[in-house]
Amino acid sequence: MKSSWRYVWGVLSILVSSLVFLVPFAFIILTAVKDKQEAALLRFTWPTAVHAWSNLIQVLQARDYMLLLAFFNSLVVTVVSVGLLVILAAMVAFVLQRRSSRWNRVIDLLVLSGLIMPPAVVPTIWVLQELGLFKTISGLILIEVAYGLSFSILLFRAFIATIPRELDEAAVIEGAGPIALFFRVILPLLKPVVVTNIVVQSVGVFNDFTNPLYYLPGARNVTVQLTLYNFQSMFNTSYNLLFMNILLITIPPLIMFLFFNRQIVEGMTAGAVKG
Amino acid sequence: METTTISRAISNRMKSPYPGWFYLPAAVIFVVLFLMPMLTSFYFSLTRWTLFESSFIGLDNFAQFFREPFLIKGLTNTLIYAVVTSGLKVIIGMLFGVFLTSRIMARTYLRSLVFFPVLVSTVGVGITFTVLMHPTHGLINESLAVFGIDGPAWLTDPSLALLSVALVDVWKGVGLATMIFIAGIVSIPKEYYEAAKIEGATATQQFWRITMPLARPATVTVILLSFISGLRSFDLIWSMTRGGPGFTTDVIASVIYKQYQAGFYGLSTAGNVVLFLLISTIVVPLFIFLDRKATTQ
Repeated sequence: MKSSWRYVWGVLSILVSSLVFLVPFAFIILTAVKDKQEAALLRFTWPTAVHAWSNLIQVLQARDYMLLLAFFNSLVVTVVSVGLLVILAAMVAFVLQRRSSRWNRVIDLLVLSGLIMPPAVVPTIWVLQELGLFKTISGLILIEVAYGLSFSILLFRAFIATIPRELDEAAVIEGAGPIALFFRVILPLLKPVVVTNIVVQSVGVFNDFTNPLYYLPGARNVTVQLTLYNFQSMFNTSYNLLFMNILLITIPPLIMFLFFNRQIVEGMTAGAVKG
Repeated sequence: METTTISRAISNRMKSPYPGWFYLPAAVIFVVLFLMPMLTSFYFSLTRWTLFESSFIGLDNFAQFFREPFLIKGLTNTLIYAVVTSGLKVIIGMLFGVFLTSRIMARTYLRSLVFFPVLVSTVGVGITFTVLMHPTHGLINESLAVFGIDGPAWLTDPSLALLSVALVDVWKGVGLATMIFIAGIVSIPKEYYEAAKIEGATATQQFWRITMPLARPATVTVILLSFISGLRSFDLIWSMTRGGPGFTTDVIASVIYKQYQAGFYGLSTAGNVVLFLLISTIVVPLFIFLDRKATTQ
């Protein structure tokens, strides 16, 4: 009796949650492969004919291959900023965890502020402009690093606390300088949390919409999330192409999710147990 | 004497395996691109500003912020949005968390299903739900019509639009809350539940007496995290309604963007300062309060 109830509950929950969480994605895919007239009806129906390939080509060719350029730009921004983030945040977290000084409290406060405070937009644009970095890919990369540092530092710091200090001492006695100690001894030990950092931050940077909107306007330096925004007006009547675009930019996070599900969940929920 | 202490200090610093200059590259980027803009925003919010020159006008921008009805609307909307989204994420996330740690079928599948929207582009989700929420052709109202329910005009009804966007925010974000609760619940030692069962405690009693108090750190994390992101929310609102209809879904973050676009840089920065003060006055006490309660328990 009890087990049959469990069975009913199980089936019911699978059905309901699939309906709520899967139907929107099914809708994206179905609309992306319809032709223009059929997609415009906004119906959740099986396409009468599948136009996946021609829609794909049309989306890619739109506005002089803007989507391809956007994928390239987003890839550059993501790879470089996450690479910088990982190294710089690990260096900070290492010294912050190992060396106690009166500066630690100040640094902790700054890290926390970086985590919760919204960036001041126009003053940032002003600073970028003074530095000649406004509307440049490098400017956006540095912005992503600045905004992502806090989260990465906290992740690294918790992990470094579990590495015994004796290891550092042994390395120092062996004659290792700070650089050798960090890059040869500590960083290799950080591998699991480095992976977590890379995965979580790259999904974040790739999906970032607000920062490119503010700091990287203009068609030449477009990133993937902005193509959606630009195409939204352009494709107003071509829902099939708009949804093909959504489908394409959902694929990279999906791949990350399939391969690194555990690391992503661990990274994003870190601190939940300890508070 | 002096030179020896200095040279000793230098050699000490050289010898330290934890050199201060490891902070330097990160510090430069953080200070120049985050901290400095934040600090200067307090000054620029008091000016009329063209990016090239600024003239001091005192508190005029703030006065305007609290005088213009549509700007006040943005302020109250921000609070409503943050409260609704974080409240729902805590309740639903907790329920999902308990459910997905119990012995049910297809647990891994359900966990992945609930979590995946967290990783999807917010703008993509926004556009998709704008279509699904279409008053006449949208899938949601067409499905409701099957049951004879006349669905509302989700995004075009001024009294409902903000709530509709908040619901989509919950749909997208509840997976993260769920995972945080799962991490918290899993860390509770099984012995407590076994002891409770021997004492004859019902499932409800176990939830209120064991799960709730011991998963408290997770609850605190979810409340803080979702409240902060609710106050700062921009992408979803912008991609779904652009603050409309009228100004009924404008929040501070969208006001900042609109004023920036209109060239009112001083006013836009004042919006930033208001958001800064709002977060400091709400989140910091909340943080201390929740933290203290957690340590005394």
